[in-house]
Amino acid sequence: MTTPLLEIRNLHVRLEDDPSVEILNGIDLKIMPGEVHSIMGPNGSGKSTLAQVLAGKEDYEIVEGQILFKGEDLTDLGADERANSGIFLAFQYPVEIPGVSAMQFLKAAVNAKRGFEGQGELDAGALLKHFRAKAQQIKVPFEMLKRNVNEGFSGGEKKRFEIFQMAVLDSVLGILDESDSGLDIDALRIVSEGVNSMRDGKRSFLLITHYQRLLNYIVPDWVHVLIGGRIVKSGGKELALELEEHGYAPFGVNESAVAGA
Amino acid sequence: MTSVMDQPVGILTHEPPPAPEWVQAFRAQSRQALTGLPTLRDEAWRYTNLAPITGTNFVLESTSQREMTRADVARLRVPELDAAVLVFVDGRFRPELSDKAADLGAGVTCATLGEAFERHADLVRPHLGAASSEHDDPFTRLNDAMLSAGVFVHVADGIRPSRPIEILSIATRTVEPVAAHPRNLIVVGKGGRVTVLEHYIALDEGGVYLNNAVTELIAGDGAFVEHYLLERESERAFNVSTLAIRQGAQGVVHSHTVLLGGAIVRNNVVPVLAGEGAHCLINGLYVGHGDQHLDNAMRVRHAAARCESRQYYKGIMNGRSRGVFTGRIVVDKGAQKTDAIQTNRNMLLSDDARVNARPQLEIYADDVRCTHGATTGRVDDEAVFYFRSRGLSEPVARAMLVYAFAAEGFDRMELVPVRRLLAREMIDKLPMARGLSIEV
Repeated sequence: MTTPLLEIRNLHVRLEDDPSVEILNGIDLKIMPGEVHSIMGPNGSGKSTLAQVLAGKEDYEIVEGQILFKGEDLTDLGADERANSGIFLAFQYPVEIPGVSAMQFLKAAVNAKRGFEGQGELDAGALLKHFRAKAQQIKVPFEMLKRNVNEGFSGGEKKRFEIFQMAVLDSVLGILDESDSGLDIDALRIVSEGVNSMRDGKRSFLLITHYQRLLNYIVPDWVHVLIGGRIVKSGGKELALELEEHGYAPFGVNESAVAGA
Repeated sequence: MTSVMDQPVGILTHEPPPAPEWVQAFRAQSRQALTGLPTLRDEAWRYTNLAPITGTNFVLESTSQREMTRADVARLRVPELDAAVLVFVDGRFRPELSDKAADLGAGVTCATLGEAFERHADLVRPHLGAASSEHDDPFTRLNDAMLSAGVFVHVADGIRPSRPIEILSIATRTVEPVAAHPRNLIVVGKGGRVTVLEHYIALDEGGVYLNNAVTELIAGDGAFVEHYLLERESERAFNVSTLAIRQGAQGVVHSHTVLLGGAIVRNNVVPVLAGEGAHCLINGLYVGHGDQHLDNAMRVRHAAARCESRQYYKGIMNGRSRGVFTGRIVVDKGAQKTDAIQTNRNMLLSDDARVNARPQLEIYADDVRCTHGATTGRVDDEAVFYFRSRGLSEPVARAMLVYAFAAEGFDRMELVPVRRLLAREMIDKLPMARGLSIEV
């Protein structure tokens, strides 16, 4: 039997600073190599928390449950070790870092991963070649690498640069946290094409989104509905269309009340 | 503004070397105005305790531990910068270690101040004190009273020297602590363009000494002047540096200050935007560790209409170091349409490091845009998470982010060799940054 790439078992998570708030309460999820899963849910359902917990953000405490990546528990791994093991979180709000060029940043990241894998550093020439190839694949202008990390990037540029980073780091699990938010149709298409170009039957994606729109471009194998920190329903891609039509109301959620929370 | 000290201060009793009569008269006037060095009771000095300076028995000249060579100079000057370098060692000009400044081209005068007093009095006299008199400060008056060593640069109308001028002040370890009062006068004619670096550096370990420097910069209408102050003194030394600027209409001045060394450092930048449409950039970075005390005092005066000033100062403090930033924007009554921005951002890397920031506005015109802001914080956790989520270890992520914080200001500098030098210096000085490979 194939080992799932990611397996989440009965995951309960609360805020480290405020233990009375349990954000995730009992999530089970299994992602096989090559699969695309989408988690959809209203605001405040715990979608982004799940993404951040998987990536290793330290503001959360795992109260119960397990996260297995390639069959191994990663609970004790730091964010950098998870990244070097192949997990990539595409941020909803990528951080602007004036003073460090995108090139500089990615060179350091690629060589950190190689160090983690026990390989020597790539020289400047090999890195450039690698960056050029990935820039072409994800359709980002190579010039973007000369700018400071995310500084002054438009919303679309930021999201594209996230996907480009994933390609450069050759991660096997991409978690896209609302990568569609704030994008116009053209930007959404370019981001989606970048993701689709990385689908190779082994690499998996977890798409976190509020809306069905993204799923027109990146077609998921599975759709899960997350409400109140639990997956309340799972199904195929047609579940997303149902949500589009009826909203989250059938699950007892009053969207207008939750919006802005 | 000056106050009498509780005990006599040695440096106030020093006698300057002989000079032409008009120079002596200039010195005497300031000497009269000087009654003592500041104390913590002076508002402008309330965060900087000068007791270690007033308690040191400085001399004007002392035997050096070892002879300087051209190889030392080659090692200490800004690497890869094609500049005309004038070398001062322990406050004295060293012609045999300096470049000949003659090849800067026609219309450029670059000489020692002593030489200029003799040969170019007609060019020096009208300008000496024209900018520094704006700075009501005992150290500036003391520099006036002692002035003898320094550099005079004169650029005629429309002239652009082919190379920057680097004034390299090297401090050696001397038998007794030396007090020097470097004085530079830079006069740039209409539409002229020049770059001048003041570079203070200690040879090897370096000892205890004082550099009390004043540079006057007179930028004519439409002139463009870039000035750098690179302060890399011994960490046992004291440096008080004043840059007094006077700008004509449409003139542009960029001032870049980087404080890295010194036990107690005071950096004054005092521009007067005297002609309409002048633009002044005041870019600064101070990086402290150990017990360093780095004090920055800006006073930007908008004296004419439609001028722009931009102050961007940043501090990175580690250990028990302390940073001070006082930024004052003064807008004269007639200076309508003034556009002034001041920001001071500080990053604290340890629990014991401190910063005092004081933004101050003094506005007498009614149609102006002045903004100021000061922040002090730590490395942004969100940014650390972002870097870690790309595989960088926490120490590397932090070092890169601190470096990035500093490097933002380097991008405003035109001289790439200076940016490279500063990148290397930063990596040497920041904790855990040794492994960073940064290309500039």
